[in-house]
Amino acid sequence: MTAPLTPEQADRLAVSWRDAPGLWGFLTTVDHKRIAARYILTVVLLMFLAGMLALDMRLQLAWPDMGRMTPQLYNESFSLHGSTMLFLVSVPVMEAMAIWLVPLMLGQRALAFPRLAAFSYWLYLGGVLMLWVPHAVGITPDLGWFEYPPLSGPGYAPGHRADIWAQMITFTEVAALAASVNVVATVLKMRPPGMTLARIPVFVWSQAIAGLMTIFSLPAVMLVTSMLIADRLVSTQFFAPAAGGDPILFQHLFWWFGHPEVYIIFLPAAGFVSMIVETFSRRTLFGHVAVVLSMLGIAALAFGLWVHHMFAVGLPRLGNDFYTAASMAVALPAGLQIFCWIATLWSGRPRFDTPLLWVLGFIATFVIGGLSGVMAASAPLDQQITDTYFIVAHFHYVLIGGAILPLLGAFCYWYPKATGRLMSERLGKLAFWLIVGGFNLGFFPMHLLGLMGMPRRVYTYSEGMGWGPLNLVATLGSAIAVAGGLVFVANAWWSRRHGALAGPDPWGGSTLEWAVPSPPPQHNFDHLPVVDSLTPLWTQKEALQVMTGLAVERREVLVTSVIEATPEYRQKSPKPSIAPLFSALAVTILFIGSIFTPWALVWGAVPLAAALIAWFWPQRERATTGPLAVRR
Amino acid sequence: MSDARPCTIVGDVSGLPESASGAKHLVWWGNIGFMAIEGTAFALAAGTYLYLMSQTHGWPPAGIRPPDLFWPAILTLGLLLSELPNLWVRRRAIAKDERGVRFGTLGMTIFGLVLLIPRALEFAHLNVHWTDNAYGSVLWMLIILHTSHLITDIGDTAVQAVWLFTHEVGDDQFADVEDNANYWTFVVLSWLPIGALIYLAPRLG
Amino acid sequence: MSGLQSALEPAGEQAAGIHGLFWLMMLVCGAMYLLVLGGVAWTLWRAFRRRRPASEPTIDPPDIGLNRGMLGWAGLIVVGLTVLITASFLVERNIAAARARDALEVRVTGHQWWWRIEYRDPRTGGWIETANELHLPLGRTTRVALGSADVIHSFWVPNIAQKLDVIPGRINLLDLTPTRPGWFRGQCAEFCGVQHAHMAFDVKVDAPEDFERWLAGQAKAAAIPADPVAARGQQVVTGGQCAMCHTIRGTPSTGRAGPDLTHFGSRRSVAAGTLTMSRGAVQGWIAQPQALKPGTMMPPVALSGPDADAASRYLMELQ
Repeated sequence: MTAPLTPEQADRLAVSWRDAPGLWGFLTTVDHKRIAARYILTVVLLMFLAGMLALDMRLQLAWPDMGRMTPQLYNESFSLHGSTMLFLVSVPVMEAMAIWLVPLMLGQRALAFPRLAAFSYWLYLGGVLMLWVPHAVGITPDLGWFEYPPLSGPGYAPGHRADIWAQMITFTEVAALAASVNVVATVLKMRPPGMTLARIPVFVWSQAIAGLMTIFSLPAVMLVTSMLIADRLVSTQFFAPAAGGDPILFQHLFWWFGHPEVYIIFLPAAGFVSMIVETFSRRTLFGHVAVVLSMLGIAALAFGLWVHHMFAVGLPRLGNDFYTAASMAVALPAGLQIFCWIATLWSGRPRFDTPLLWVLGFIATFVIGGLSGVMAASAPLDQQITDTYFIVAHFHYVLIGGAILPLLGAFCYWYPKATGRLMSERLGKLAFWLIVGGFNLGFFPMHLLGLMGMPRRVYTYSEGMGWGPLNLVATLGSAIAVAGGLVFVANAWWSRRHGALAGPDPWGGSTLEWAVPSPPPQHNFDHLPVVDSLTPLWTQKEALQVMTGLAVERREVLVTSVIEATPEYRQKSPKPSIAPLFSALAVTILFIGSIFTPWALVWGAVPLAAALIAWFWPQRERATTGPLAVRR
Repeated sequence: MSDARPCTIVGDVSGLPESASGAKHLVWWGNIGFMAIEGTAFALAAGTYLYLMSQTHGWPPAGIRPPDLFWPAILTLGLLLSELPNLWVRRRAIAKDERGVRFGTLGMTIFGLVLLIPRALEFAHLNVHWTDNAYGSVLWMLIILHTSHLITDIGDTAVQAVWLFTHEVGDDQFADVEDNANYWTFVVLSWLPIGALIYLAPRLG
Repeated sequence: MSGLQSALEPAGEQAAGIHGLFWLMMLVCGAMYLLVLGGVAWTLWRAFRRRRPASEPTIDPPDIGLNRGMLGWAGLIVVGLTVLITASFLVERNIAAARARDALEVRVTGHQWWWRIEYRDPRTGGWIETANELHLPLGRTTRVALGSADVIHSFWVPNIAQKLDVIPGRINLLDLTPTRPGWFRGQCAEFCGVQHAHMAFDVKVDAPEDFERWLAGQAKAAAIPADPVAARGQQVVTGGQCAMCHTIRGTPSTGRAGPDLTHFGSRRSVAAGTLTMSRGAVQGWIAQPQALKPGTMMPPVALSGPDADAASRYLMELQ
C-alpha cells in the first residue's frame, strides 16, 4: 500500500476509530480528545466553584472584624479552595492538556494505553465527587490543603472530614500516576518516524518530564495519607510522639511530593509558553536545547529542596543552608527560560494575538513570583515570611502567574484546533486585562500584608492591626479577576457557535497538530507523518511527508524506537470498553469503604479484581507474526 | 475525511511485524512505569523506617524482641528459588513456546501460592502489634506493602494461566507473559532490601 | 497597634538582621525584575516601531549575539544568587550566635488556643507561671523553650525575631534579643484549628530593672481582695466552675487546663488577644465565650448579675 488512502479506505479508517453513538459511546470511549475534553470541562466547573469560595473569603477579610463567616466556615472554605485548586485543578488540567495534545503533536491516532486514560478520568471524577459530595451535605475537610498531624490525627479531628481529604488525594494521585505512565510511554515509544530526541517539541518534553516527576513524587503523598488514615482508623502510631512516632515525618513525606508538584504544574506551562512564543514570533524558538536542559535541571533540583517548606520547624542549621542554596539555584534554569522566550520574541517578527498577550502577562507576573521565591528560599528570611500573606502572595503568583496564565493562553491557542472556530479577540483582550490586572491588584498587596505581620489562615483580624485598607484592595482586585474569568468562559461559550471559522492552521503553527482538520477526526491522522526537523510544518511547506501501511479496518498504531524513533512494529490499539469505568467504580467502592473499615481492602478487592480481569482479558485479534509451532 | 494538507508518501509500514517482545514492546514500558511507581513507594516506605529508627532510642524499643528469623528465611529462600522457574517461563515466552508458557504460568501460580504459607506465618512472628508503637506500625506497613504486591502478582499469574490454557496464544500474549515474569522478578528483588530492613535493622540498631 | 506586629519595623537583633537581608533581596531581585521588564519593553518597541509581523516563519536563524547574551544573563544570575546565598548564610549564622550564655530562661507552651508562659524564678529556681503576655528585658537575650500541649503551633513576634514552630514531642529553642522598649504583639502562625486566628499574645519590652520588678510581682501569690464586692467575687471564682481549669495562686483555684489567672488583671488583653482588657470585656467573656471566640475551650459560666459583677471586679483586681 504505497498510494494514499482512497476515499473508501479513509471512510473505513474513520469507522474503525468511531465511538458508538449516544450514552454507550460516552461511557466506553477511549478517544484521548474526548477524555481530555471531559477533564477540562470538569476543571472549569471546579475552578468556578473554588473561585467563588475564594471570593467569599476575600469578602470576609475585606474589612476588620467581619462576622459574615464563622471560623468553621472560613476554615472549610480555604481547605476546600486549596485542596480543589491543587489536587483537582492544577495537576489534572495539565494532564488533560497532555492527553489531548501529545498524540496530536506526535502524529498518532491514540495514546499508548487508551483505556488507561479513560480509567484515569473516571477515577479523577471519583476524587472530585469524594470531596464535593460530602461538602454538599456538610462534611467538609477543614484543616487546609496539607493537613498536618496531630491536628488531623485521631485525637484532634474526630469524624470523617480528614479521612475524606486523605482519600480524595489517593483517588487523584492514582489517576495522575496512571496518566503519567501513559504520557511517558507514548512519548518514548510512539513518536513519528524521524522524531529523534533532538526533534521532540518542547511541549512534549515538558509533559514527559512532568510525567517522570509525577512517577517519583506522587507515591510519597499516597503513602503519607495512607499512614494518616491508618493512624485514624486502625490506631497505628506513625505520627504519635508518645509512642515513638513523629509529626514531622508527615511533613517530610508530604513535601517530598509537594515541592515537585509545583514544577509538575509549572513545566507543562513552560511548554505552552514555548509553543506559543515560537508560533507568534514567526521563528524557531531560540535556545531549544537550553530550554529543555533547564526543564531537566528544574526536575532534578525539585527533589532536593522539599525542606524549604519546613524552615520554621527547627531543623539543624546546616541542613537549612544546603536547602537554601539548592532552592535558590532553581532561579538559574528558570531565568534562562525567561531569557530564551524574550529573545525569541525580540529577534522574531511577532504578531500580538491573545495567546501571545497571555504569555507577556505570564512573564510580567510569574517573574515576581519567582523572585519572591528566591526570597522565601533564604532560611532566615523565610522564617519571617512563611505562613504569612507574603507566602500566600508568592504561591498565587507562581501558580496563577506561572501556570494559569499560560494555560489560558494555551486555551486560546488550541481552542480553534479543538472546536474549529477562533475565540473572539475583543472579549479575549478584555478577559486578559481584567484577569492580569485584577490578579496583580489583588495579590501584590498581600506581600506587604505578610511583612506587616498578617498570618495566613486567619478568619478575621482586629481593626487595630492596620491591615484593613490593603485587604480591601486585595478583595477588589480578586473580584475584578473573577469577573475576567467569567468573561473568558463566556467567550469560549459564545465562540463555539459564533467564532470565525479557523481552518486547520489559523496561526501558522510549526507542529503536527496543525496538519489535521479542526476539530480533528477521531483517528486524528489519515497517514503517518514523518518528521525531518523540530518544526515539521515549517520545513515541509509544500507537502507533508507521510507513511502508509497501518490497517484501516481495525485500530492500529505505529510503535517506534526510544532514541531514534525508527518504526519497530504495528501495535493493535484497544477498542472502546466499559471496563475502565467499572474498574474505577470498583476502586471507588474500595477507597470509600476503607475510610470506615480496613476490611474494605479485602472485600473491595473482589469487584476490583473482576473488573480488571474483564479489562485485560485479551480479546483483540491475535497477532501471529511467526509460525505458531515452536520457534526461536 | 482526509488530512488538510497535501502529502507525499515516503514509506510504508505494512511490512512491519504486528508485535514485539522485550523493550521493543509498548506494554513493557507501561510495566516499567508501574514498577518505578511502586519502587518509589517501597523506597519511601524504607526511608520512613530509617527515619523513625533515627528518631527513636533503642530499636526495637525496649521490651520488644526483634521479629523471628525462621519463616522469613524460608520465604526468602523460596522467593530466590522461584526465580529459576520464573526465568525459564520468561525464556519460553520469548521463544514463543505455547506449551512452555501454559505449564510455566501454572507452575508459577502454584509456587506463589505455596510461598504465601511462610508469609502468613511471618505475620504471626513479628513480635509486635501495629498499635504498640511507631516501630510496630512501620514494620507492619512494610510487610503489608510487600504482601499486597505478592498477592497481586500471583493473582495476575493465575488469570494468565487460565487464559493461556483456554485460548490459542498470540504474540501479544507471549509479551504479556514476559512482562509478568519481569514483574515477579521485581517483587522478589524488592523483598531483599525490605526484608533486610525488617529483620536485620532491629538486630544491628 | 499598627506596626506592633510587623517585620518591617524591627525592634530586636534577630529581626533587624533579617530586615537588612530583606532589603538586600529587594535590591537584587528588584534590579533583576526591571531587567526582565526592560527586555520585554525593548521587544515590544522593536515589534511596533520597526517591523511588521512576518507571515513566513524564519527557520533556525544564526542567533550568535543572542547566544552571547544568554551566557551574560546566566552569569548575572549566578553572581546575584551568590551574593544572596552568602548574605543569607551570614544572617543565619548571626542569629544562631546570639548571646545565649546569660540568657533569660522562659518556657512557652502552645495550647489550643492560648499560650502558657513560665519564667525561671531567679530566687527559688522554680517556675513562675503566667499566660498570653510575654515580658522581656531590653538588650538581653531571652531563650524561649517552645513546647506544645496538643497540636503544632508557631511562635512569632515579627518585630523581634523570626518564627519557630511549636511541635508536640519536641522542644524548640528561640532567642529573642529586643533592642527597643515598648509593646509588641505576637501571634500563632501555624494553622492549629478553629480559633487559630485568636491565638495571639502581647509582648512588653522593659528596661532590665523594670522587668525584674515585674517578675518579682508575678512571683507573688494573688492579692487578697479588700472590698466586700471583690471578696464575694473571689468566692464565686475560686469556689465555682472557674477553679476547675484555672489556677489563682494563694487561693483554692488550682486547675491546670486553662491559663493561670494569678495576675490576670495586670494583663493587656483577654482570651489570647481576642479582647482588650476591661471589666466589660471580662464579664462578657465569662458569660458568652462562644460568641466572642467560637470554638474556644472556655465554657460559658452562668452567673447571677451581682455574682458576675463581683467576679469581674475580683479578676480586675488581680494585679
